Amino acid sequence: MSSQGIDVQYVADLARLRLSADEVATFQKQLSDILGYVDQLQKVDVSSVEAITASAPTSNNLRTDELKPSISAEEALANAPVQSDNLFIVPRMVE
Amino acid sequence: MEYEAVIGLEVHVQLKTNTKMFCGCINKYGGLPNTHVCPICLGMPGVMPTPNHDAVVKTILTGLMLECNIATRCKFDRKNYFYPDMPKNYQISQYDEPLCEGGAVTLNLLAYPKDAQKLETTVVDKKVRLVRIHLEEDVAKSQHDEGQSGVDFNRAGTPLMEIVSEADMRTPEEAFAYLTALKQILIYGNVSDADMEKGQLRCDVNVSVRPKGQEKFGTKCEIKNLNSISAVRRSLKYEIDRQIEVVSEGGTIRQETRRWNDVKGETAVMRIKEQAHDYRYFPEPDLLPLNTSLGLRSEAEVLMPELPSAKKARLATQYGVSEYQASVLSSEVALADYFEKAAEAAKDKGLVANFLLNDYLAINSDLSTIAVPAPWFSELANELTAGKINSKQAKEVFGLMVSDNPGNLTPLEIIKAKGFVQVTDTGALEAWCDQAIANGARSVADYKAGKVAALNALKGQVMKLSKGQANPQTVGEILEQKLKAL
Amino acid sequence: MSMIHFSVTALRKQLAAKEISPVEVVDALLARIEAIDPQVKAYLHVDAAAAREAAKSADVTRPLGGVPIAIKDVLNVKGDPCTCASKILKGYIAPYDATTIGKLRDAGAILLGRTNMDEFAMGSSTENSSWGSTRNPWSLAHIPGGSSGGSAAAVGAHEAFAALGSDTGGSIRQPAALCGCVGLKPTYGRVSRFGLVAFASSLDQIGPFTKTVEDAALLMNVLSGHDPLDNTSSRQQVPDLTARLTGDIKGMKLGVPKEYFIEGIDPQVDAAVKAAIAKYQELGAEIVEISLPHTEHAVAVYYILATAEASANLARFDGVRYGTRAEKPTGVLDMYGRTRAEGFGPEVKRRIILGTYVLSSGYADAYYKHAQKVQELIRQDFHKAFEKVDAILTPTSPTAAFKAGERTASPLQMYLADIFTIAVNLAGVCGISLPCGFTMPEGDTPRLPIGLQIIGPNWGEETILRAGHAYEQSTGWHKELPPI
Ligand SMILES: [Zn+2]
Repeated sequence: MSSQGIDVQYVADLARLRLSADEVATFQKQLSDILGYVDQLQKVDVSSVEAITASAPTSNNLRTDELKPSISAEEALANAPVQSDNLFIVPRMVE
Repeated sequence: MEYEAVIGLEVHVQLKTNTKMFCGCINKYGGLPNTHVCPICLGMPGVMPTPNHDAVVKTILTGLMLECNIATRCKFDRKNYFYPDMPKNYQISQYDEPLCEGGAVTLNLLAYPKDAQKLETTVVDKKVRLVRIHLEEDVAKSQHDEGQSGVDFNRAGTPLMEIVSEADMRTPEEAFAYLTALKQILIYGNVSDADMEKGQLRCDVNVSVRPKGQEKFGTKCEIKNLNSISAVRRSLKYEIDRQIEVVSEGGTIRQETRRWNDVKGETAVMRIKEQAHDYRYFPEPDLLPLNTSLGLRSEAEVLMPELPSAKKARLATQYGVSEYQASVLSSEVALADYFEKAAEAAKDKGLVANFLLNDYLAINSDLSTIAVPAPWFSELANELTAGKINSKQAKEVFGLMVSDNPGNLTPLEIIKAKGFVQVTDTGALEAWCDQAIANGARSVADYKAGKVAALNALKGQVMKLSKGQANPQTVGEILEQKLKAL
Repeated sequence: MSMIHFSVTALRKQLAAKEISPVEVVDALLARIEAIDPQVKAYLHVDAAAAREAAKSADVTRPLGGVPIAIKDVLNVKGDPCTCASKILKGYIAPYDATTIGKLRDAGAILLGRTNMDEFAMGSSTENSSWGSTRNPWSLAHIPGGSSGGSAAAVGAHEAFAALGSDTGGSIRQPAALCGCVGLKPTYGRVSRFGLVAFASSLDQIGPFTKTVEDAALLMNVLSGHDPLDNTSSRQQVPDLTARLTGDIKGMKLGVPKEYFIEGIDPQVDAAVKAAIAKYQELGAEIVEISLPHTEHAVAVYYILATAEASANLARFDGVRYGTRAEKPTGVLDMYGRTRAEGFGPEVKRRIILGTYVLSSGYADAYYKHAQKVQELIRQDFHKAFEKVDAILTPTSPTAAFKAGERTASPLQMYLADIFTIAVNLAGVCGISLPCGFTMPEGDTPRLPIGLQIIGPNWGEETILRAGHAYEQSTGWHKELPPI
């Protein structure tokens, strides 16, 4: 793993964060430092963990298939930045 | 050069449960926008998912019906991508530990399109292998306007199974049969209504072509916007022809997603796959892994229905119907159930099958909802078997019973109202026979001269005299005796 | 000492005896807030009218009847704003109650107001709040710690009798230590997270800030227990945590991990914690040296796992269903990109990018999966230690409160402030911080509180509360009042 490898612009696009050029530069430096620090983990011997296979849990926390009250459209949309006709409005999605 | 297509299908199936996958909102098609929602399925800050027990059991049941390996331990993962129809901008899905792996869908004869059933190239009972079945949540629905889209989260969070096949299909007809057979099984298990028009079953197709005999797969395209099983078949036919044309002219296929236009009957480029999505899967920290051996699997086993192939075999032996009839009857679980009720009290079960599959189908092509009470079939069949009416009368009664029965009369009531009483009283029959012999000197002479068929003419006379109420068999016997004695 | 300085336990006695009324209590507290909060800035939002109204009908017979409690701005309270100190949630009104809020309501508590925090609980100083930073009640030039700095400062400044916070890597214990109050991070699964705006779901826990250990036990009695809405909440029985606070800890085995007394730790902190260890010996506890060898990697593991989860948890803040949206977006991508760029502060962006990176194709194995394995080693360290000891003693923070602005330039330095608390979250076990002394005044810096961390095994809340209570009663650090 290479800590220099982070491409801040690419990752910010994946995370849907539009950064300014200044932010990209600052983060590039800061994150490289952090990743440099994190690189210490590479020397940790994890072979003993590798041997442990994921065990099945001893109970299942599942919900009974029973109806619970929903909220009204008005409540659902109360926080919507833009709404119309009971719908959450966004810029036109393109497929 | 001869080419062959390689087809794999990714099918999404909405599970038939009362509530959504991770919240208690109703799982129901339609409704006013954003009325079947709560903070959980809207992805409000701070909410947490709780998995629906029945959705897990129904997925395991699907796996059992399709002969998959059911994982003892499985877990949920987050699949990250941004889209306005995704409440959390990640979908809770299963990545490397799905509920079911392996398994297969068997393409029975009747699953193929009608016109392909008789073709020699149709491979009956071909097994299309499955890669996996996993459980996830559906996204919201959006509608698009000029310049903007509106999002309705009613559908968001519906339990969704993703069933991924191996690239085992070679023709559009096999894809058609795969979907038909899969849908049949899903309905058999009461897992989903699998109605494609309602989006309960959705299908993405991957298809490529290669020279016949070549092992290596060609570059595949994905087809989307397929709203019916026949659209899948037609789009594949179009797309395979298109790809073969490109390849045989020396061109290359670009890996892309194409949209099926059902009206134009063609596929068109939707987007070019430049790079793989980076979904950044990781284990869903809000959910504990599942252990299916703690009751979930055994609950699914209890729900295991008799599968179409087993039902077909049983119907053939138990009811003595033909293999073809058994196939048709078992093609839909509702039809098979109806038949079993209809035939229950019948002395001749085959007669009921005939009524249902010949006479009924002649009047009404939809066998899924039959409005006639099932026991009427037995009632009518038994009248015929007992010789109380003849088959011509039976057909007439049947017609009235299913399509012209304002009084909702039972077959016996119709027979009575019609005066369809067969005269078996030999006194009356003998009188009519004597009259027929007296009036039919010519036929009598022919019979005497060895023309056995002449008997039918005399029989016809008797039936006429009796206004159709004489029992033809008894009439025949009496006539023969009388003619011999002449 | 006035009414506002009461512990919850003392307050309840007075309320039950009708010596004072809930209305008087609320009025006294509101007066205190009005007087000093403009300087401390612990609260983001105080609903005085609603608190007075609730006080009128308070049922003092209930476990927290008539007791005002402050809530970190990360918990959903139906009908209230919940901004997580982020611009992106400006205007959001919670449509539901967090499970813990419902439990407080059922217990008769009065929900007084919302406390400041680092944006989305990301930070160790409460300087990452979009609404301005909170100050330490012991020195206004200093930070209160974080991320639950508002809750810690409110309790430390006696602007609240108790408060709720959330702890992902130390966000309750570290500010409690820095503000001179008690803060408890429960065992993972002990308290429902439903309604807590998630930072790192596998590490987050809600816990109390109080003035005494007994109060922490009292609040934990109310908050603990299985919640069907939180799939990760435990069905483990909840004992009455106040029942065994006898002061007697003779024979208790307390571990001291050699890795926690290292270079970089402030000598005054080191001395205070060592004095506390000596005190425990005096009280009849057996001190055992133990080793938690993988602790040194805790911060590195944490910043991979926590940011990975955060990158997904914070994806929902996109301007579609709630919160703010960038003006006039030209398309969906533009809406996302600008809404999130304008709505999130730099620390949140930094962590989202880091978390997205460690999960991205080609890096997930080297970072995320590898870190999960090291986390397992850290967990095993603790489980091995708890085979030998009942609880573990460490400093809560390597230093006392630092000056505002001192560490904002270096995120990594800031991250290292949580070095002693982070491993506890990674192991899933419980921990409590309580006052164990003060630094010497130096120049313009007055004396600042120092915190002792007691770490217990899974479901070991009873043990750490018992140990903490015995120490507290024999020392009296909790009785010290801040200058403000
Ligand atoms: Zn819902």
